Amino acid sequence: MHALANPNKFLKIAKIIQPFAIIIFVFSIIPGLLFALIVSPPDYQQGETVRIMYIHVPSAWMGLFSYAIMAICSGSYLIWRYPIANMIARASAPIGAIFTTLCLLSGMLWGEPMWGTPWVWDARLTSMLVLLFLYIGYIAIGNAYENPEQGNKASAILALVGSVNLPIIKFSVDWWNTLHQPSIFSMEGISLDSSMITPLFLMVIAFQSYYIILLLINVNTQIIDSKIRAISLRL
Amino acid sequence: MNAILTIINRDLRISFLHRADSLLVAGFFVITVMLFPFGIGPEPGLLERVGAGIIWVTALLATLLSLNHLFSEDERDGTLELLLTSPVEIYSIVIAKTLSHWLTSGLPLIILSPLLVAALQMPSNTILPMIIGLLLGTPTLSMIGIVGSTLTLNARLRGILMPLIILPLYIPILIFGVGCVDVESMNFSSDRLYMVLLGFLIISFTLCPWAASTALKMSFE
Repeated sequence: MHALANPNKFLKIAKIIQPFAIIIFVFSIIPGLLFALIVSPPDYQQGETVRIMYIHVPSAWMGLFSYAIMAICSGSYLIWRYPIANMIARASAPIGAIFTTLCLLSGMLWGEPMWGTPWVWDARLTSMLVLLFLYIGYIAIGNAYENPEQGNKASAILALVGSVNLPIIKFSVDWWNTLHQPSIFSMEGISLDSSMITPLFLMVIAFQSYYIILLLINVNTQIIDSKIRAISLRL
Repeated sequence: MNAILTIINRDLRISFLHRADSLLVAGFFVITVMLFPFGIGPEPGLLERVGAGIIWVTALLATLLSLNHLFSEDERDGTLELLLTSPVEIYSIVIAKTLSHWLTSGLPLIILSPLLVAALQMPSNTILPMIIGLLLGTPTLSMIGIVGSTLTLNARLRGILMPLIILPLYIPILIFGVGCVDVESMNFSSDRLYMVLLGFLIISFTLCPWAASTALKMSFE
């Protein structure tokens, strides 16, 4: 893992991963959407609106995943000072923020017909909103310094401090029995029918590979950016 | 320990010298809460139902106000650099600053809260949960505030950036603090909610001084 800290090595590995990620994305989003929107059955209670789940759940998962990557990379940046770690964290932030926004918006669209209200202040919704604010705060504080190094370190500390929110989001549906649906994973297995697990699984893979594609493009750009800056400084 | 007491002593003396600052923050607290009866209107029962939320949110905002000048004064006249280059550990400095901040901003809020509970016509059995909730909650607010304050020490637009970072982290304390008062006003025991607030206090006392001292070190590299 520490070998990845070398930017050139990272570029090489990224070049190898990128086509695979694109192929996985194409081959998961197309059958995923097909299954989700057409083939999979409508829910016996919710009817056709259950199909929002196939967007809502993967984007929620990706919002959490991006923040976890951001926190881990920020930690490794603070400990070992790898510039790559900071670049990955900075790249993850806007992607994760948009996934979280997508999750909240799709949830609102789903809540209006299902619950009768687009928003309720239960634990999971509130902690996801706090996650969105943490993303925005991370981006804001990273850009608020004249000296970019100070900005990097400040945002890294904020990412670590905010990571206490992640277990709160994950376990909020277990700790508080309020409006949001509890987790489908339990000791007895997955409490979702297999005809719905397949499109959900495919959509999660699609979103995940999309995240990798965007992340690699962004980090590549940042590395090339820093190389250009180094060359122009030498001139 | 000696160093912590010395720093607290110094900070308290400076705050007493500029006691207008702390009084202003306390005054802001009182005046803003007093605005709400005018804004909400004379409908009976409405004010006492939202009263806990009003007092807590205004306490949060007042704490934010007092955080603004927490380190910036010291940084401007070079005291912070002297402190950081002295043999005192930065961790101790942060703890001392947090304690002195709580003593000058949290404690006045706690003392003034019964007055405001009466002003918002809330039932008298909510005074004690309000005091205990603020007593358990305001140190946590100070500690999270110190993290935000040190993180944004040299940042542009510090006045806007700091609330943006700190307020999402304040939300859980706000929720449970208001919960204490509301639960007691319905004649149930809010002991469990006090435990949660105490838990937040312990977690933040463990994690926040570390984060703030790292941020201080980073701002002076």
